[in-house]
Amino acid sequence: MLHITPAAVDPVKVSLPLFIERCPAGFPSPCADYADAELDLNDYCIKKKSSTFFVRAIGNSMNDIGLHSGDLMVVDKAEEAHHGDIVIAEIDGEFTVKRLLLTPRPGLQAMNPNFPTIYPENLQIFGVVMAFVHKTRGGE
Amino acid sequence: MMFALADVNSFYASCEAVLNPKLRGKPLIILSNNDGCCVARSAAAKKLGIKMGMPWFQIQQMSFPEKVYAFSSNYSLYHSFSQRVMSHLEELSPRVEQYSVDEMFIDIRSIDNCMDFETFGHQLRAHVLKGTGLTIGVGMGPGKVLAKAAQWASKEWPQFKGVLALTPGNPRRTEKLLSLMPVQEVWGCGSRISKKLNLMGIHTALQLARANPTFIRKNFSVVLERICRELNGESCISLEEAPPAKQQIICSRSFGERITTYEAMRQAVCQYAERAAEKLRGEHQYCRHISVFVKTSPFAVNEIYYSNVATEKLTTPTRDTRDIIAAAMKSLDRIWDDGRRYAKAGIMLNDFTPNGVSQLDLFDEVQPRPASDALMHVLDGINNSGLGKVWFAGRGIAPEWQMKRDMLSPSYTTKWSDLPVASIR
Repeated sequence: MLHITPAAVDPVKVSLPLFIERCPAGFPSPCADYADAELDLNDYCIKKKSSTFFVRAIGNSMNDIGLHSGDLMVVDKAEEAHHGDIVIAEIDGEFTVKRLLLTPRPGLQAMNPNFPTIYPENLQIFGVVMAFVHKTRGGE
Repeated sequence: MMFALADVNSFYASCEAVLNPKLRGKPLIILSNNDGCCVARSAAAKKLGIKMGMPWFQIQQMSFPEKVYAFSSNYSLYHSFSQRVMSHLEELSPRVEQYSVDEMFIDIRSIDNCMDFETFGHQLRAHVLKGTGLTIGVGMGPGKVLAKAAQWASKEWPQFKGVLALTPGNPRRTEKLLSLMPVQEVWGCGSRISKKLNLMGIHTALQLARANPTFIRKNFSVVLERICRELNGESCISLEEAPPAKQQIICSRSFGERITTYEAMRQAVCQYAERAAEKLRGEHQYCRHISVFVKTSPFAVNEIYYSNVATEKLTTPTRDTRDIIAAAMKSLDRIWDDGRRYAKAGIMLNDFTPNGVSQLDLFDEVQPRPASDALMHVLDGINNSGLGKVWFAGRGIAPEWQMKRDMLSPSYTTKWSDLPVASIR
């Protein structure tokens, strides 16, 4: 009986990788290991992107809180509204900027001395204003 | 396996109302392209008896007890909200497949180790509502078909409060539901298949589940056999997180008004060719087949219906807008017939390759253009910047055949000029 056996695989064959990357011989940049991403204003203003909406403020400027007509408001819909927060409230089918009061009873304080603080029975809050963006040059 | 299907209630109508508080709870309808017919309704509009697909001119003539708000389809707004819903679902469950603009499949296996499936469903619902203002319905089942069945039932019977789970541990419930579900409501059973099934005596989803899978495959297809097995709790259709690479790109529109001149048709086809080429580059593909089709309206009286298609085959795959426009114009010339009133035209790109590599032909008229990729990169860069648009002159400057969207709402989330406004009071 003739047995056919496969030739032994060469056990000493070792493959060595060839690096195509060049190795610079000069002094490496001392900053290379400390490279950080540049600062992003989005990270500063926006806590949660998927629930954030931009809303334009229109009306009498409110110097007390630094909000001017035409400013951009960064509004987070998912954020829990606390006492004293600036919020976007829905009144008579319109968005309005108000300060939320929870004590002594839930109410919306006007941002304008010509308007009274109101205490609606059904308080509809769209979201919490997290930041204002006011442009000082070039208008919009 | 366990899947959940989340779908947004009256998606288009709800998106319109989130950033326009005036519309909350009001009857609200969305019209199809060219403001043709009603394609979406708010709950209040459904109550007034406005039906899906009703022509807009007909609705205008009806009288209603209160004002009915109508909007043209604002796709950029709906897309933005669709992405937001998707991100919210991903925050609670990382594996999500976007099935359509308002439906997402979610992998929820092993969730029941921590909490009840339905509790999780209510969590999803609350989370999406809080962040986007949209209400979703959630159906859950051991396969996609059963998840879809549960979602159908959650809408059909209000007592489920929008969340229903069909679990393997409660087969009685699944059986009861399937016995009440007409077979045409089953996912993947179109009207043609349902008719054939009805003729065989299969009227409910339960009857389909009880049918012999081999018999179903012989008489229908392997797809329906899978559906049949899925109804029995066997998961056959898996989650597709990454959409499969496109095999074809179609860009077509109905015209706002009929096109009768060759010049106007050239402009329209040129615009569709540009858009299709842009999509092709977005898919990182090259194409070799370019087809153009034109049709007149099949409903027009005293007109003979005309529809035709012509294809150009290139020897070298391309994704250069200039090549695609040139091929489209050649095709159009072959099928253009003077004296007709065209209602629709479109372009189709086929035969894709992921890279432009191919054997060049010495005698081919169309040789690859130098620096094509760089130019197209600049073109797409400008057009996607949101700052302005550049286009090929073949498209004209002010086409009168443009899609009619007279009642478009602002693109609240995608255009700086369209931001919602709040008054300081």
